[in-house]
Amino acid sequence: MKRVVITGAGTVNALGHDVAATWDAMRNGRCGIGPLQFRDVDRLTIRIGGQVKDYDPAAHFSRQQLTLYDRFTQFALLAARQALTQSGLVFEGDFADRCGVVLGTSGGGLGTQEESYRAVYEEGKNRVHPFVVPKLMNNAAASHVSMEFNLRGPTFTVSTACASSNHAMGQAFQLVRSGLCPAVVTGGSESMLCFGGVKAWEGLRVMSKDACRPFSANRNGMVQGEGAGVFVFEDYDHARARGADVLAEVVGFAMSSDATDIVMPSCEGAARAMTGALRDAGLNPQDVDYINAHGTGTAANDRTECAAVADVFGDHAGKLMISSTKAMHGHLIGGTGAVELLACLMALREGIVAPTIGYEEPDPACPLDVVPNVARDARVDVALSNAFAFGGLNAVLALKRFS
Amino acid sequence: MRLSPGETMDIKTKVIEIIAEQAVLESSDVTPESTLEELGIDSLGLVESIFAIEEAFDISVPFNANDPSESDFDISSVASIIAGIEQLIAQQTA
Repeated sequence: MKRVVITGAGTVNALGHDVAATWDAMRNGRCGIGPLQFRDVDRLTIRIGGQVKDYDPAAHFSRQQLTLYDRFTQFALLAARQALTQSGLVFEGDFADRCGVVLGTSGGGLGTQEESYRAVYEEGKNRVHPFVVPKLMNNAAASHVSMEFNLRGPTFTVSTACASSNHAMGQAFQLVRSGLCPAVVTGGSESMLCFGGVKAWEGLRVMSKDACRPFSANRNGMVQGEGAGVFVFEDYDHARARGADVLAEVVGFAMSSDATDIVMPSCEGAARAMTGALRDAGLNPQDVDYINAHGTGTAANDRTECAAVADVFGDHAGKLMISSTKAMHGHLIGGTGAVELLACLMALREGIVAPTIGYEEPDPACPLDVVPNVARDARVDVALSNAFAFGGLNAVLALKRFS
Repeated sequence: MRLSPGETMDIKTKVIEIIAEQAVLESSDVTPESTLEELGIDSLGLVESIFAIEEAFDISVPFNANDPSESDFDISSVASIIAGIEQLIAQQTA
């Protein structure tokens, strides 16, 4: 089995348009959530979100490209460009044929769907743009990344709601670890912040009108975000041979299905995914210093996640740090695990643990060190990244500091 | 505005009908004293019932699934739900 390392990272999200800006925001506990700005927002009950601001698509893509790139594809491409620039990899010949792309998304080109439905239903038009289908399909982002960088091997999209990115990165990890691919570009992307997207979420009555406050007793729901996180997962021998800078090592991955309820989380399912990731990595629970929580800020998730951590880690649960960065960048749904992996990389590489901001009142049901409100300097050797999706699908990655 | 006894009765009948349908029971099996838990209505069933109530009465029910006990809308029994709806309708027509 090959060792798998991360040699490139890129992102666009509400906290910044690259990794440096995102880390800076996470380090300073800055919140990227604010009033939503898009058509018909006045008809929504929920009017806040982590939108990508100061973003001009025309600064990055040609007019022809933009006719084919939904916002979720644009975010994925921008993040991939950053990650590949950092990694320095160039894909040619046989090497290109063996390298691939595995990206997560939940809504795919939801904005494109909304626009074309609006045109035919609301505006009564009988014609939509000819590229609606290739623009909205869930694999559009993965395909455009493969085309832009000549990645000609295994390329596909994983869609498991809020765990999409973690499931995608887990597949990439296994492709590289097994020796099938020397490198895989992976992560996830989401852009659901449009009228129909938020309206649908409103219906479940799990969204907060004012803020995302994970683990806080007065938390009242989740807040959505948008953006992408993309990484280069590479065979360590390959990375070492070319003298690449290693950001962290991916050491384990596990997935589980609750097989109980379509929306309510299960403690047991979450615990099995964390335990599985540790086993896969050959780690003991006490080796873990930091967990990037799923931490959505809903009553049910945070309570269940803390109970699962207590079950898996026993006494050590009270010693490790666990934080949810969703209070800063919002819940990116299918892209969330990818942006949250950046918090793990910051902890492992920079020795800074991102805080859970918006934390106001301790909740007896969440009695863990949630790194409240202020980032912390700490040596982190091992980090876990949790994602627990609607549908009861759980995916947990284990990462190690590279030295 | 106060609702007339007839209007109040219509609301009660309709709400019980909605809740009974959600619980897969006959309306006669749902009493004002019943709790949603007793009727076997889970969190998704509750959200769907509230949606049906909003559609039936053209009102907006202030309910957050994250903390039902702290929402402005009391769901502790069928009677409390009916009372809450009567209040919302009265406010709306006032």
